[in-house]
Amino acid sequence: MRNWRNHSGLILPILTVAGLVLWPVITNNLSNREIVFTILKAIALASSLNILLGYTGYVSFGHIVFYGFGGYVGLYVVNDQGWSIWLGVLTGGIAAGAFAFLLGKAILRLRGAFFALATIGVNEAMEAFINNFDLFGGSIGITLNFSVYKTYGGAAQALNLTFYIMAALTFAAVLISYIVRTSKFGLGLRAIREDEDAAEIMGVIAPDAKNWAYVLSAIIPGMVGVLFFFKNGNVEPHVAFPLHSSIELLVMVMLGGQGTVFGPILGAIAYQGMRGYLLTSSFFKDIQLSVSGVLLLIIVLFIPEGAVGFLRRRFPPLRRILI
Amino acid sequence: MILKIQNVFRSFGGLQALANVTFEVPEGEILGLIGPNGAGKTTLFNVINGVYEPNKGNIIFKDDDITSRKPYHISRKGLARTHQIVKPLKDLTILENVMVGACFGREGHSLAEARLIAGDVLDFVGLNVPSDQLAGILNVAQKKRLELARALASRPYLLLLDEVLAGLNQSEIQTMVETVKAIRQQGVTIIMIEHVMHAVMNVSDRIIVLDYGVQIAEGSPSEIANDEKVIEAYLGDPKLAEKLSGID
Repeated sequence: MRNWRNHSGLILPILTVAGLVLWPVITNNLSNREIVFTILKAIALASSLNILLGYTGYVSFGHIVFYGFGGYVGLYVVNDQGWSIWLGVLTGGIAAGAFAFLLGKAILRLRGAFFALATIGVNEAMEAFINNFDLFGGSIGITLNFSVYKTYGGAAQALNLTFYIMAALTFAAVLISYIVRTSKFGLGLRAIREDEDAAEIMGVIAPDAKNWAYVLSAIIPGMVGVLFFFKNGNVEPHVAFPLHSSIELLVMVMLGGQGTVFGPILGAIAYQGMRGYLLTSSFFKDIQLSVSGVLLLIIVLFIPEGAVGFLRRRFPPLRRILI
Repeated sequence: MILKIQNVFRSFGGLQALANVTFEVPEGEILGLIGPNGAGKTTLFNVINGVYEPNKGNIIFKDDDITSRKPYHISRKGLARTHQIVKPLKDLTILENVMVGACFGREGHSLAEARLIAGDVLDFVGLNVPSDQLAGILNVAQKKRLELARALASRPYLLLLDEVLAGLNQSEIQTMVETVKAIRQQGVTIIMIEHVMHAVMNVSDRIIVLDYGVQIAEGSPSEIANDEKVIEAYLGDPKLAEKLSGID
């Protein structure tokens, strides 16, 4: 970071996230805070998924498993072991990262559709496992003991705190995404995305690089899970591992532009905006997900590089600021 | 000897692609590897750089047994190659393509160093197009040069060239031959698979001929040009008519 002019690609992502965070603070409006919380959550998850999907070229349909698993572990240590939310978030991130490391060793040797299928299977298997895992409350899940909130000055204060932790996690996700994108490690990942065999012949140690990309893409989702379940006050298996959320994340990344730093941010904001509109519209409220499906189809068919990729291709001068 | 191939066998199902291939390559040599289509030349490259494991035999590179090592380990030891069917990283820029070689090759440079090296290497191979363009836009001749630049950016000791001249026109072949000679001048040992005979005869110090996975001849270009077995492999048995007429 010695020379800021070399990092002009970071300006737009940081300003966008900062603007989002400041909006409810300035308007001092709780309902705005909830809206922004949801958008920040989407940005953090989509930016993390992008490390695997956009940079490395591995399609994960079950990325939400890290959110659910990390969230469960974090909420367990906060609720049952009496750890602080800070330690809880950290533990959730470490648990998700460690799980991704082991899982990656097993399934990252699969390529293309086989990897994508395996990720769906892992998500479903994890949900079934947690459903029968008594330590995490089995099918009932974990309900947070509300006295936990007292440590943070009551429920209202605790919810306020979660908003700022969410903001910090979003900044972290965007920063990680940017650092990976502009690093030597990221160059290796993008070489793997284009042609894994050619990358290996040029000396990229693909099995290791892929595994670390998988770990990096899992940590923030694990932390976000802890935070979200803490804020909600409870977690159940079917809430923790929603497959449709995985697919919504894919739509966000594809919509904004896979393989770019700003793409997932733009995609998350646009998708959440659209989703908010659809859920409140009398006609679309029940078929909201099918609209996402159609949207994904249109993107894949007509602008596979997404909005940011399209702009970068059409307007080369933008490439300096639009990474 | 920079490379020793010792009794290498490799088969695919019932097809014996390589049978008892044995040769050595001294440092600084340009070795031509020729033979009809399907003779096992590219398979031999794939066995040398770790894409395939040999069924039997050893590959010794710089006094180190690299048999069955992974391609990335072999590449980092200083053995680079180009592909007959070019493999550009299409959605990366031309410069980034070459930087991958410099970053992950033998010397493992940082991005900033790799950027400088990539620029130099692109000049050296004569790829004179704006290097911030995506590699997907290049034509075949340019993609061949890009492959070469990527391999060179890793600063290899030994370079395997798989048909770098195929698909090029006469003047492009001439400049590519000059480039190959210039690479040797820098101290890089080269093994090249080639079908363009006059070029490979002109540039090689020594030639090995493969046919159905078997080494049928080895020697200087002029020896090879007059070797009966080689002529037979390429054109059929020249004495076939005599033999047939001798029967009755």
